[in-house]
Amino acid sequence: MENVHTSTAEGHHEPSFSTKLIWRTFWILLIITVVELVIAILYYETKFLPKHFLNGIFIIGTLAKAFFIIAEFMHLKHEIRNLIMSIAVPAMLFIWFLAAFLWDGNSFKNLRNSYDPYHVEKNTIKAKEKEKEGEHVPEKPEGKKPGVE
Amino acid sequence: MAQAVPAGQKWWSGGKSPFNVEYGKLMMWYFLMSDAFTFGAFLISYGTIRFSSNSWPDPNKVFRSFPVIGDMEIPLAFVSLMTFILIMSSVTMVLAVGAGHNNDKKGVMKWMFFTILGGLAFLGCQAWEWTHLHGEGAWWGRNPFPNINGSESSTNFTNFFFTITGFHGFHVFSGVIINIIMLIMTWKGVFEQRGHYLMIEKAGLYWHFVDLVWVFVFTCFYLL
Repeated sequence: MENVHTSTAEGHHEPSFSTKLIWRTFWILLIITVVELVIAILYYETKFLPKHFLNGIFIIGTLAKAFFIIAEFMHLKHEIRNLIMSIAVPAMLFIWFLAAFLWDGNSFKNLRNSYDPYHVEKNTIKAKEKEKEGEHVPEKPEGKKPGVE
Repeated sequence: MAQAVPAGQKWWSGGKSPFNVEYGKLMMWYFLMSDAFTFGAFLISYGTIRFSSNSWPDPNKVFRSFPVIGDMEIPLAFVSLMTFILIMSSVTMVLAVGAGHNNDKKGVMKWMFFTILGGLAFLGCQAWEWTHLHGEGAWWGRNPFPNINGSESSTNFTNFFFTITGFHGFHVFSGVIINIIMLIMTWKGVFEQRGHYLMIEKAGLYWHFVDLVWVFVFTCFYLL
């Protein structure tokens, strides 16, 4: 620690630790969160827009918040390019990670829906009212095929 | 980019850190990278299962209660309070780091104290939420909430919910412990003797990461 010279550890400090910037970041994060909540609650009450569209907004909001937390709170934006790249480049793996696995999940759904009629049917059967307290929660519905009762 | 760096600096010529940070902080960044992939694996497997399901429980129906006031049917009110607490404690953490830059021991202690308080408040909220959901019959292996289209749901929803929020809660818990240790070390004057408060920065990085993960957990479980 002491034997490595970093130019920021030598007396002069970067002016980036301004309290103003921190509070600005705080307000940005808070406003994004509040907007997301308002949209979620409005959707719950009125269903005013298709959910897929809103999901897009939520994801953009989340990524924006992530950017501000990493850039300002974790201070990465004010580090040198070498450090930024050594974090940002490996993080690119997430793009593949997300795309591959969500694609896979979707494909699994399509396969089951086209080859397992019971899987489709199960999605149309209404759930029975369950007792509270979880004392007598019925086991998984595999055992009882519809119509057998 | 750092303003304090002279132009044309040769970072890779040896004799200095090519990342312009001390060793411990760099390693904290790499640890957080790996931890991000751990959380990523959890959340992406949750996403995969959700994508493979025809229907899923409605978060607005599941998370609609608030302590003391009870079932007041305001969806997501409580979890937004939790989010606010965590963002707020992230701010106090940055303020502690800032105070450390000015070698302001009193300031560091004050802001670390508030950060710990925020962390404990968040853990308390989470404990309440878990207790409440458990009271409604939700736990690993049982799911009382029907899917949004009214059909019988599998236990995937509760399994993922408790595993991922539990894993996150465990991170918050260890973050609080780390912060308490930092507060005690500050109080004992360890950093004062050392002449710098870089340890506070490393603890801060971890704490912000916990906040960062919560942002994603919040979106995946409560909004989508």
